[in-house]
Amino acid sequence: MTALADSAVEAAAAEQPAGIRFEDVTVSYHGTTVLDGLTLDVRPGEVMALLGPSGSGKTTALRSVAGFVEPERGRIHLAGRDITELPPHRRGIGMVVQSYALFPHMRVDQNVAFGLQAQRVPRAEIPARVADALGKVGMADYARRHPRELSGGQQQRVAIARALAIRPRVLLLDEPLSALDAQLRTGMLAELARLHRELPELTILYVTHDQIEALTLADRIGVMRDAKLVDCGTAEELYRAPRDEFVARFLGGANLLPVRIVGDGPRAGTLAAALVGPDGVDASAEPLAVTGGGVAAGERALVCVRPHLLRLAGDAGLPGTVVEVQWRGAVHRLTVDVAGHAVTVDAPELKAPPAPGETVRLSVAAEDAVLLGSGRRG
Amino acid sequence: MLVPSRTARRVIHLLFLVAFVPVFALPFAVIVVASFAGAWSGALPSHPTLGNYAAATSGDSLHALLTSLITAVAASLIALTVGTWAALAADAAGRGLRRVLDGAFVLPVAVPSVVVGLGLLVAFSKPPLLLNGTPAIVIAAHTVLVTAFAYQSVRAAATRLDPAFAQAAAGLGATPLRVLLRIRLPLLLPSLTAAAGLCFALSMGELSATMMLYPPSWTPLPIRIFALTDRGSLFSGAALAVLLMAATLAVLLAVGRIRTRADHR
Repeated sequence: MTALADSAVEAAAAEQPAGIRFEDVTVSYHGTTVLDGLTLDVRPGEVMALLGPSGSGKTTALRSVAGFVEPERGRIHLAGRDITELPPHRRGIGMVVQSYALFPHMRVDQNVAFGLQAQRVPRAEIPARVADALGKVGMADYARRHPRELSGGQQQRVAIARALAIRPRVLLLDEPLSALDAQLRTGMLAELARLHRELPELTILYVTHDQIEALTLADRIGVMRDAKLVDCGTAEELYRAPRDEFVARFLGGANLLPVRIVGDGPRAGTLAAALVGPDGVDASAEPLAVTGGGVAAGERALVCVRPHLLRLAGDAGLPGTVVEVQWRGAVHRLTVDVAGHAVTVDAPELKAPPAPGETVRLSVAAEDAVLLGSGRRG
Repeated sequence: MLVPSRTARRVIHLLFLVAFVPVFALPFAVIVVASFAGAWSGALPSHPTLGNYAAATSGDSLHALLTSLITAVAASLIALTVGTWAALAADAAGRGLRRVLDGAFVLPVAVPSVVVGLGLLVAFSKPPLLLNGTPAIVIAAHTVLVTAFAYQSVRAAATRLDPAFAQAAAGLGATPLRVLLRIRLPLLLPSLTAAAGLCFALSMGELSATMMLYPPSWTPLPIRIFALTDRGSLFSGAALAVLLMAATLAVLLAVGRIRTRADHR
């Protein structure tokens, strides 16, 4: 295809809403598969976070959208157009990497203008576009400085301004906050959320290993592990009803307790389950009401209970022995031995916290005790 | 600090001076003194004169200086272009081609320069590539000898350069040519100027290969110095040697200034 024809296609595509579609995308390096058959739709205007530990393939997925890695198999579509073979400079995607990659030999304004010059924006328009982009991230006063004269947080803002200046339909963020300290990170998270409110048409693919970033920013989260997408859904779906043990533990921390289904629960959609001890024998006299389905009576399953949803009850509930008590300001974190399982409880600051060795009873609402993999479809 | 004791540091400094002055500084000092001498029969030179410099900056000697400067500038520019191109190509190439390029560009350093001179003499003495007897064969020899240094200098810097810069530029819509001209080459500038300075200095002092190839109309300064001292005109040769050092140093300082500015941007 000629460059002219290509440009015409790009111009036409620019008017469509820009979602990203991964179709069975597989990437290998020297025989090692680093992204294995990723199929995922990122909707136009959505913030999608790819969350996973190091080496899970999330950055490779992002780099394949940018055009920096070539898929061995599968296709990538942007706004309905197949961009798998398109060179990076023709994709019109903004990207911010972990190291920011600000050009050290250029001033802040020159960094931001670079993309506009590369895209042959009329020279007269460039200063206003640069000022607009820097204004959006609160860096207008730093236009004449060099990157080395800026702090990490300021460099990060400039990197975002540089990516936004070209008015991309898709913004790729590769661990953009990982080089910042905790306080700056919290501030920048709020800034990114504000930015997305101001630019609701912008589709953002956000790669992170930090669950707080993903939960705060993302409309949907894709959880990755060992080069594969293992779960995808809204933050609430993943948090409340994780598909498996990995997702439950990776997203927010969870108590995963082995149970045996003993019958139907008190309400529709609930089951009665007996806690199983480490020796495989039912450990609780009083069955626990759990949410979920598809598990027959007598079968074993794992139930997920978030630490802050467990309550210290008076006389009813699962009995346990307090092993450890930590005061964490707003909450008391208790480790309680329940039938041989170490259960974590985050209780709102207690006036008289129990002492280690003391017996307590724990209760949880049926809707907050969810059988793994049973809460959602798809 | 490797040596914490102040006394021990002073002793080491003294030892360094005792070793450094005779081995490195004294030969240069002797050449400078000799360049102003009319005669040197005793322990010290006598009959001080500026006549050696008057001779060195006129006639055949001046021509030799200009010849050396032109040869060194031309060889350095060609070497820098070819070396940079090859180094960037090696950086982007697969492991196999990279090894071939690394090997090919280390060859002129490993082979004695006399052999390089002989090789060019044999290769370019018959049509259609008849360069023997022309200035081009001298420039070609210098280029072959110094390109390896340009290649290695730029190659090391290109390997260290974070690929994220080029990728960020491409992501912003820059074509590969724009990425090269606006991002990669400016970021490589310190190593490019270092390579240019090294190539220039090596070319200015090259003697062995030049000796086998130079035509009478294209006599570089080292050949002229060798010829003068061979005929016994030691003091004229010394004045020319001082000019050679001064010219090389001036260019290296000028190139160094570019480098310093690039580093501090």
